[in-house]
Amino acid sequence: MKICVLVKEVPDAAVEKRIDPSTGRLDRSGERNLNPYDTHAIEAAMQIREGGSDVEEIVAVTMGPESAVRALHKAVSLGADRSVHLSDDSLAGSDVAATGYALAKTLQRESPDLVLLGQQSDDGECYTIGAVVADHLQMPSLTQVIKLDVEDGAKLRCERQAEYGYDTVSVEMPAVISVGDAINEPRYPSLKAIMGAKKKPLDAVAAGDVGIESDHVGEAGSQVQCGDFKPPPEKAGGEIIEDEDTDETVEKIVAWLDERKLL
Amino acid sequence: MPRFSGSVRMPAVDFDLSDDHRLLQRTVQDFAAREVAPVAEELDRTKSFPYEIVRQLGELNLMGIPFPEQYGGAGGDSLAYAIAVEELARVDSSVAITVCAHTSLGTQPIFLFGSEEQKRDLLPDLCSGRRLGAFGLTEPEAGSDAGNTQTRARLSDGEWVINGAKQFITNAGTEISGPVCITAVTGEGQDGSAREISNLIVERGAPGYEQGEPYRKMGWNASDTRPLTFTDCRVPEANLLGPRGAGFRQFLHVLDIGRIGVAAMGVGLAQGALDQALAYARERRAFGQPISRFQAIQIKLADMSTEIEAARLLVYKTARLKDAGANFTLTAAQAKLKTGRLAVRCAEDAVQIHGGYGYIEEYPVCRFYRDAKILTIGEGTDEVQQMVIARALGA
Repeated sequence: MKICVLVKEVPDAAVEKRIDPSTGRLDRSGERNLNPYDTHAIEAAMQIREGGSDVEEIVAVTMGPESAVRALHKAVSLGADRSVHLSDDSLAGSDVAATGYALAKTLQRESPDLVLLGQQSDDGECYTIGAVVADHLQMPSLTQVIKLDVEDGAKLRCERQAEYGYDTVSVEMPAVISVGDAINEPRYPSLKAIMGAKKKPLDAVAAGDVGIESDHVGEAGSQVQCGDFKPPPEKAGGEIIEDEDTDETVEKIVAWLDERKLL
Repeated sequence: MPRFSGSVRMPAVDFDLSDDHRLLQRTVQDFAAREVAPVAEELDRTKSFPYEIVRQLGELNLMGIPFPEQYGGAGGDSLAYAIAVEELARVDSSVAITVCAHTSLGTQPIFLFGSEEQKRDLLPDLCSGRRLGAFGLTEPEAGSDAGNTQTRARLSDGEWVINGAKQFITNAGTEISGPVCITAVTGEGQDGSAREISNLIVERGAPGYEQGEPYRKMGWNASDTRPLTFTDCRVPEANLLGPRGAGFRQFLHVLDIGRIGVAAMGVGLAQGALDQALAYARERRAFGQPISRFQAIQIKLADMSTEIEAARLLVYKTARLKDAGANFTLTAAQAKLKTGRLAVRCAEDAVQIHGGYGYIEEYPVCRFYRDAKILTIGEGTDEVQQMVIARALGA
């Protein structure tokens, strides 16, 4: 079995997110990191391998600028065997649909039996890239999977977190599975794995190498037009009730809620 | 073209960490935040050795960072070691000193001066963290004047017979403690020549080797520190580390290396104090606004941050010098002197910013304040560093 894991370089969680006023897009200039949700997908792949399934290869795949190589290094330090970096100026400004198309074209060349990814990216937070990729690859797709078992080497038994309870779904491979962050506790990379990451093969590909049609990607190939984004308005300060007499305080809170028809 | 004799080719000045070092830094940061921070207060309060954390650090190859892979080490450099220690000390100094004492004091002499057989025999268990290394230098009569060691060892029937006592020894009394490397007088100087000091490896369990009760310390409560006694303690003659009589030179070199780790601890503790103080100052309100808006608080935070950045560069420079094979004795002493004082000052300022809460153990800065002071004493006092620095300057 060959597993491809989609990963992404995102602004570090500690960096405050802001809209770059000059481009109207998310400011990605600060410290960056591998999308933490993707570490769960890599861990899931590792656990399939360590659970005894015959996994020939785990390949980390990303689309992004030159700096995204760092996210791939981290991905291979966490256990992927090699990585593929799709990078091309023509891809800049791609929306979710265009990105999904470009990733699907890259994945086609790899012919994976299973594509794993994290439930969301920590920057765009679209939750949808898996479904777009699956649509292009004509594979079944599941989201919010928090338990994953390989059956007979060809099928997956997945438990997915639903709004009320859990769904158990059986799918045929190849499939695209987006995993929830409750699926596992990702390991830390060891120092030897960190130092060995650059020795693992990294395949850099351009849009043309994987047959991406240029009018399907980039700003021109995207349906979403970024325009007049603004930071959300600051929240009002709220009302502070000093607790001098608790009975009185409770009355005040009840009255406040009642006034807003919240009771 | 003529070259300056003795010059070492250094890489050009580069203040950026390599990708590997950054990823290591991030990894240890995550590890410390998720695995160490939640238990640090309890380990300190109950004075419990962090066995589980040491096991995990071993799995991540962080108990043998600067030693070659052939002996079970990670094959990393001194900069990687300094970064890992710094990030641990940023959250908990007891864990950091356990790693430091084990790596640069306990394991280092065996790696540097051990025979091939000693290395193959001892290093894999030490580098994996299955066993802890310790270094026995300090004695009741030999602290800063470490050459005044009173512990004696004499050869008898193919064995060293050791008599004496060591004190303030880290890592020798845990359930996973392994060998301790000790200095001992192995021969009297004659005709005015210096006494002969040698390093010996004493395995835990050697007859006559006893670990005393743990000290009641001001800080570093979760680390293991005890006195050791040797009463007609017998170890094989082959436990001599390196050439007989080389002990004095050997331990000076080990202490130079150890200063990189302890200096990294100072930067880490200072940064951790700043992290806590900044977070608290932004949250704590007084006179209708967060106290971080007051200049009196801002000045403290700004000074801490500036001094920490300068000290960090000094520590990284020391590590880079060592990795480049250059002499780092002077820079290591400067880094140790700078960072110990810095840690004490930053911990104090962080407590001050916390006000009364800083005096309460629920807030980490209270522990940081207690943990900081030893950094101006251990691994060579500030006064010893000043002596080393002045000597290197030719004063």
